[in-house]
Amino acid sequence: MFPFIFEWIWDMSHIVFMGGLWYALNIIGIGMTYCIIKAVVDTYQGKGGHHHDEACECGCDNHH
Amino acid sequence: MKKEHEHKAKKYGMVIDLDKCTGCGACMVACMAENNVPFRADETDKLLSITWMRVYKLTNAMPFPKTEICYLPRPCMHCEGSHGHSPCVSVCPATATDYSEATGIVSQIYTRCFGCRYCMAACPYHARYFNWWDPVWPEGMEKYLSPNVSPRMRGIVEKCSFCFHRYQLAMEKAHYEGRHGLEEDEYQTSCTQACPAGAITFGDLNNPHHAVYKLKKSENAFRLLERLGTNPKVYYTSSRKWVRQAGDNYLRDEKDNVIDKSKFRN
Amino acid sequence: MDSALIPKGVRRCPLGHFVLFLAVVGAVLLWGVFAMVLCWIKGLNQTNMNDYYGFALWIWADLAVIALGGGAFFTGFLRYIIGKDELKNIINYAVLIGFICYSSALLILAIDIGQPLRGWFIFWHANVHSMLTEVAFCLSCYFAVLTIEYIPLILENRQADKVPFFHNLSHNMHEIMAVFAATGAFLSFFHQGSLGGVTGVLFGRPFGFREGVFIWPWTFFLFTWSAAACGPCFTILVTKITEAVTKKKLVKDNVIELLAKISGWMLLTYFVAKTIDTWYWASVTAPSMGFFLSDFYTGNPLYGWWILVTEIVVCGLVPALILITERGRKNKTSLVVAVVLASIGVSLNRWVMVLQVMAVPVMSFDNWAMYFPSWQEIATTILPVAYGIILIGISHRYLPIFPQEKELNPVD
Repeated sequence: MFPFIFEWIWDMSHIVFMGGLWYALNIIGIGMTYCIIKAVVDTYQGKGGHHHDEACECGCDNHH
Repeated sequence: MKKEHEHKAKKYGMVIDLDKCTGCGACMVACMAENNVPFRADETDKLLSITWMRVYKLTNAMPFPKTEICYLPRPCMHCEGSHGHSPCVSVCPATATDYSEATGIVSQIYTRCFGCRYCMAACPYHARYFNWWDPVWPEGMEKYLSPNVSPRMRGIVEKCSFCFHRYQLAMEKAHYEGRHGLEEDEYQTSCTQACPAGAITFGDLNNPHHAVYKLKKSENAFRLLERLGTNPKVYYTSSRKWVRQAGDNYLRDEKDNVIDKSKFRN
Repeated sequence: MDSALIPKGVRRCPLGHFVLFLAVVGAVLLWGVFAMVLCWIKGLNQTNMNDYYGFALWIWADLAVIALGGGAFFTGFLRYIIGKDELKNIINYAVLIGFICYSSALLILAIDIGQPLRGWFIFWHANVHSMLTEVAFCLSCYFAVLTIEYIPLILENRQADKVPFFHNLSHNMHEIMAVFAATGAFLSFFHQGSLGGVTGVLFGRPFGFREGVFIWPWTFFLFTWSAAACGPCFTILVTKITEAVTKKKLVKDNVIELLAKISGWMLLTYFVAKTIDTWYWASVTAPSMGFFLSDFYTGNPLYGWWILVTEIVVCGLVPALILITERGRKNKTSLVVAVVLASIGVSLNRWVMVLQVMAVPVMSFDNWAMYFPSWQEIATTILPVAYGIILIGISHRYLPIFPQEKELNPVD
C-alpha cells in the first residue's frame, strides 16, 4: 500500500493500481475537508440558522 | 557442467512412479509427522482433514477380471504457471504465498495469511487446506513436534512445502562448508524418503545430474491437468494408458485419449 | 413522543407500532449477532464450509448484495453524470440501499476471513495482481463514498438541521455531490468488475475461467454490466416493498418507469453479452481444457441445465423484455415480476459463479462436492437483511428519504 512496505516494487502494475487508489482517496479526503472547512466558515458567518424561510439552494426540501 | 548448474536457478520437483505405488500411505504419515500437520480425533470427513500429501485411489472401472487400481499420491504441485504465475500465488491478496524463482517452490507464509481461502478456490488439485480448528495434540505429543516447522494456528491456509525447512537446513550446512550448491541427496522430502517402494523421486528438474531430470522425460511421464496451463512440477509415470489418461480431461472426440471421465470417479 | 424528529408534513405510524416492528426484526438481528460472535470466538468450524468449499454462502452473499446494491452507483451515475434529473427523487433511497448492501458486505467479509484481526493485511501487504485486493480497496473506498452520500440525509433530520453547522455541512456536501458520485461510479465500475474477475481469472477452474482483455476476464465486464442492470431493479423492488408496507406512494411512476426502462435496456444488452460469453466459453474455452458443457451440468444432484436456463432466459431475457416495453413497465404486476426476476437472476448468477465453481470436479478422478450451509452461516447471512430493514425503518421514519412523499400524500 505504501512504497516503504517491502512488497512494493516500482513497476507499472503498482503505479497504476495504487495511483488509482490514492487518486480516489484524495478526492474523497479533499472533498470532505473542503465541505467541513466551508461549513465551519459558513457557520461563523451566520449562515444556516433555522430562522430563514427561503428554500435551500441545495435542493433539500425539509428546510424550515 | 556441474559448476554451471550450481548457479542456475533450481526447479525442485518430483517424479512419482505410479506403477510402484502400493497405496500404503507411508508418505502421508511421514509428511504429517515431519511438518507438524494437525489432526483431530475424528478424521472421517476427508473434506476437513489436512493432508499435505494425499493418496487418491483410481480405478479403471472395468468389471472383474479386468479391474485395475492405481494409487496416486498428490502433494502440492508447486505450479509454475507461465513465468511463476501459478494459480494460487497470483490470487493471494496479502502476498501470503509466493513463487520462489530460486527454487521453484511455492511457499505459504502462515503469519501473513488471513484466511480468505481464495488460493484454495484457485487450486484445482485441492492441495491447499484450511485450519478449521486450532491444532490440539494428544497429551505429550507436543514434545515430539518438529522444532523446524512452525505449527499453524486456526483460520489460515497451509499446504505442502516440499519440506522447505530441509532445504534451508541443507543450504545452511552448505554455506557453512563453503559450498554454493547442494548434492542431490542433501535435500530430500520426507515422503520421498518414507516411500518403501521407492516410488517417489525428488530433485532439481533443471539439473541433468539429478534423477528427476531423466525420469520426467520418460514417454510414460505426465502431469495432472496439464491442459489448464498450471505447469506443475510433480510428474507421474505409469506404463498403463488409462492411468496416464486419468491425469487430464479429454473430450470424447479426442481420438488418442478417448476416455469416459465418470469411470475414474469413485 | 418522537414527533419532533419526524419530518414535517408527513404521516408516520404510532411510536408503539414502530418499536414493536423494531423489536421483532431486532430479535432476528440478535440471532445473527449471536451466530457472528460464535464464528469469531470459535472460528470457522462453526460453518459447513470445507476444503472443497472454501468459498461458500458468505462469498455468494457478498457478491449478491454488492450486485443488488449496484443501484446506488448506477442511479448516481445516471443522475449526476448523465444528467437524468428525475432520478433525484429516488437517489436518496438508492444510496441508502447501497449503504446497507455495502456495509453488509464488509461485515460478512469480516466474519468470513479466518483471522479477522489480520484483515488489514489485505491493504498493508496488498498484492496488486489479486482481484480480491482490488475488490477490498474499491469496496472500502466506495463504502466511504456511500457514507458521504448518506451523511447529508442524516443531517437533514429536522432536529439535526437546526444546528447551523450540520445544515451547512449537509448543504456543502450536496453541492459537490457530483464529484463524490463520479468517484463512486469510477470505483464501482472497478470493484463490480473485480468481483467478476475473482472467479474469471481462476485458470485452474474451467467452470469459472474466462478469457478476456488485458488483465480482465470477460466476467469482469459482465459483472459490472449486470450490477448496473439489476441493481436499479432491486432499488425499485425495495421501493415497491416499502410502499406496500407503509401503504403510501413514495415515488412517482414516471421516476420508477425511467429507471425501469434504463434497467430493461441494460438487462437486454447484458443478456446478449452473457449469451455470447456463454457460447464462446462452452464452445472454445472449456473444450480447450478438456471439458464439454455437459460436464458442468450433469452427474450431480443440483446443478442441472435448469440453472443455466433460469439464469439467462427466465431471469435475464424475460425481465428485460418486460422492462423495455411501455406496457410492461406501466403495469404494476409485470413491473414487480420483472424486478423480482432480475434480482433473482443476478443473485443466481453470483451463486453459480461461486458455489458451482467449487462444486465442479476438475481432476478426472475427483467427485462433485455438494454443500449446505450451517445455521450459523444462514443466521449471519440473514443478519444484514434484518439490519437493513431496521436501518430503512429508522431512516424512513426520521429522514426525508423520499422528496415526493409530501406531495403524493398530503396531510390534511
